[in-house]
Amino acid sequence: MRVSRMLLAGTAGLTLMLSACTTDAPDDAAGGGGGAEMTPDAEWFDQEEFDAQLAQREIEPEGPADEPWLQAIEPEWTDTSEFVHDSPEDATLCFSNASVSNPWRVTGFITMEQQVEALQEEGRIGEFRVSDAADDDNQQISDIQAFVDSGDCDAILISPSTTATLTPAVETACESGVPVVVFDRGVNSDCMVTFIHPIGGYAYGADAAEFLVDNLEPGSTVLALRILPGVDVLEHRWAAAQQIFGGSELDVLGYEFTEGDGAKIKDLVSQHLQRGEVDGIWMDAGDGAVAALEAFEDAGRPYPVISGEDELSFMRKWDEEGLTAVAPVYSNFQWRTPVLAASMILAGEEVPAEWILPQEPIGQGELQEFLDRNSDMPSLHYAKFGGEDLPGFPEAWTDR
Amino acid sequence: MTETPARRSAPLALLSSLGRGGTATVLLLLVLIFVVIATRNPSFFEGPPLMAFAKKAAPLIILAVGQYLVIVSGEFDLSVGSLVGAQVVIAARLIDGEEGMTLPVILVMLAFGLLVGLVNGLITTLLKVPSIITTLGMMLVLFGAVRFWTGGAPTGSLSEAFRVPGRGGIEGVPFLGQLPWAVLIALALTVGAVFLMRSPLGRSLMATGDNDVAAAFSGVRVQRVRTLAFVGSALMATVAAILIGGFAGVTAQVGQGMEFTAITAVVLGGVVLGGGRGTVVAAALGALTVEALFTLFNQLYLPSTIQPSVQGFIIIAAVAYAARRGDLRPPGRPRRRPDHEPERQLGTPRR
Repeated sequence: MRVSRMLLAGTAGLTLMLSACTTDAPDDAAGGGGGAEMTPDAEWFDQEEFDAQLAQREIEPEGPADEPWLQAIEPEWTDTSEFVHDSPEDATLCFSNASVSNPWRVTGFITMEQQVEALQEEGRIGEFRVSDAADDDNQQISDIQAFVDSGDCDAILISPSTTATLTPAVETACESGVPVVVFDRGVNSDCMVTFIHPIGGYAYGADAAEFLVDNLEPGSTVLALRILPGVDVLEHRWAAAQQIFGGSELDVLGYEFTEGDGAKIKDLVSQHLQRGEVDGIWMDAGDGAVAALEAFEDAGRPYPVISGEDELSFMRKWDEEGLTAVAPVYSNFQWRTPVLAASMILAGEEVPAEWILPQEPIGQGELQEFLDRNSDMPSLHYAKFGGEDLPGFPEAWTDR
Repeated sequence: MTETPARRSAPLALLSSLGRGGTATVLLLLVLIFVVIATRNPSFFEGPPLMAFAKKAAPLIILAVGQYLVIVSGEFDLSVGSLVGAQVVIAARLIDGEEGMTLPVILVMLAFGLLVGLVNGLITTLLKVPSIITTLGMMLVLFGAVRFWTGGAPTGSLSEAFRVPGRGGIEGVPFLGQLPWAVLIALALTVGAVFLMRSPLGRSLMATGDNDVAAAFSGVRVQRVRTLAFVGSALMATVAAILIGGFAGVTAQVGQGMEFTAITAVVLGGVVLGGGRGTVVAAALGALTVEALFTLFNQLYLPSTIQPSVQGFIIIAAVAYAARRGDLRPPGRPRRRPDHEPERQLGTPRR
């Protein structure tokens, strides 16, 4: 028995040693160390779409400038007269939500509820029913089916949990004859009346990566912090960053998956700091950006150039410490648009078939303005939530 | 096999005597991992990086010690991860940046931990719900309640004072740089648990896990002892929450999956699931080993997404290994319960 224990331990040790040796390579790999391949994965990279999104950032959107949630980039208007409702104040809106499992979705959903209240007061919509699938595809499929089966819905709004799996469910909703509005993540179908989304993940990732390229000396090191693999909106951000870093002279140390967990982020960044310099941090979402910055504080290192998100904890830190930073924005105000679109459809007004909302990062110039506008808001709130003119402001967002 | 050959060299004998508790095995593994880390990153053993590692590992050590108390008494506590998350969210919401609230809120957290532990313990012992179900239920209850209370994402913020135990330390220590409070707290709690296990209560706990019927017959108040184990685990989770919240602040994901990491740590330390065997030190070393392994993966640039798989392998391998060692038990000793029907007597611990 003793012998076998020694044998086991020895084998384990040997395996560890061997794996240590065989994975030496990434350190010296060309085009960035740490196994960070700077050519985007073909599965997640579409050059045409990438170019289109980068171009859309420069296009002036149509619509009122002070109401970005009603703006649209190069809209193709579609006729909705077939869906006119005789008494919209009695129309029932049914919303199948993927989840409220992160602060971004929580903020957006509050805004949506307040928008519903505003429209109900105006008599433009009636009842608002919500089902929350808690990030479960199967749950959402049955939620949508339940809406269809109930026959009570005069319009169905869907924020899909995942793209491919939810496609048939969205098509079922379309076939039921009521207008369907999809927003945030898309599906592989164009049966809905309108698909609402900000410009997209490529533009987000590129905004962040371009800022680092512009603000760091050639040869500087960059660490990428990613939440999860395999989620299209996040993968597109990284693919765009790879594309831009690949064409730059920055040295990308690698990327780490963090699940947005502050403790994990802080630990991972600390470990990278032990091994060498980190001059820049690229993040695919701002959750835990402050934890990353604290790792620099605790290690006694100067702050990096960082791309976070328009989450307030990060923006406040940015202001307090005078960071060189940018806040790419995945427009949170998009949660208003689906309800507004539904009310327009029920009134027979034209809506864009693909409703591309503006998506502008917050730079140093606008930092103070957005901090002032959100001064009462909690730290896990998103600056561009766009609900300042809605009923219940600000209590609905501050007392969440 | 239990006879030790007389001519065995002294160090080997020492090793094998340590080995009976599983401590040597996990220590050996820990040293091996450290050696590999050192070959990858020699600067790891300079003071500050080592302290950064220890600071990160401290909450897991505390969770593992708490989990040890429950496992050694023959039960499980799956609710600790959710409890950590709930406690951090409660702290952020109640403190809301007010320095003066720090101490009162910490007291509230301890009271809440006490309550959760008590509920876990009483449901398991009085209602006879298997602990894996009780604490699984508690995990979901806490997870859902916090989501409901906060509307899905935490609000508020922690005070600077609250963050000191998890983030600060004694500055200017030679060689080490900063000696983190978290490490001292983890050390103190581990030592405290070692002494607890040597006390009559600790021995009762161990006896309960080994064979609750026999323990009951010999005068152990099994229900009380087990309930105390759950309370201990929940209080440890509360302390871990204070350290984790202090370490990195509030995020929505804090605490997720920590129950399984803690169980992995305990199992890796050779503490036998089902109770009755294992040492506190081995559980704490198990926690260090798990943390070290994750650090090593990071050094090797393995994606962190593979960590759950590794945890799974560790649990299975460690239990399989422990089961093999279980062959060494003297024959004729019942594993947990005798074959004949003893259930009725559980309610009457004193004859």
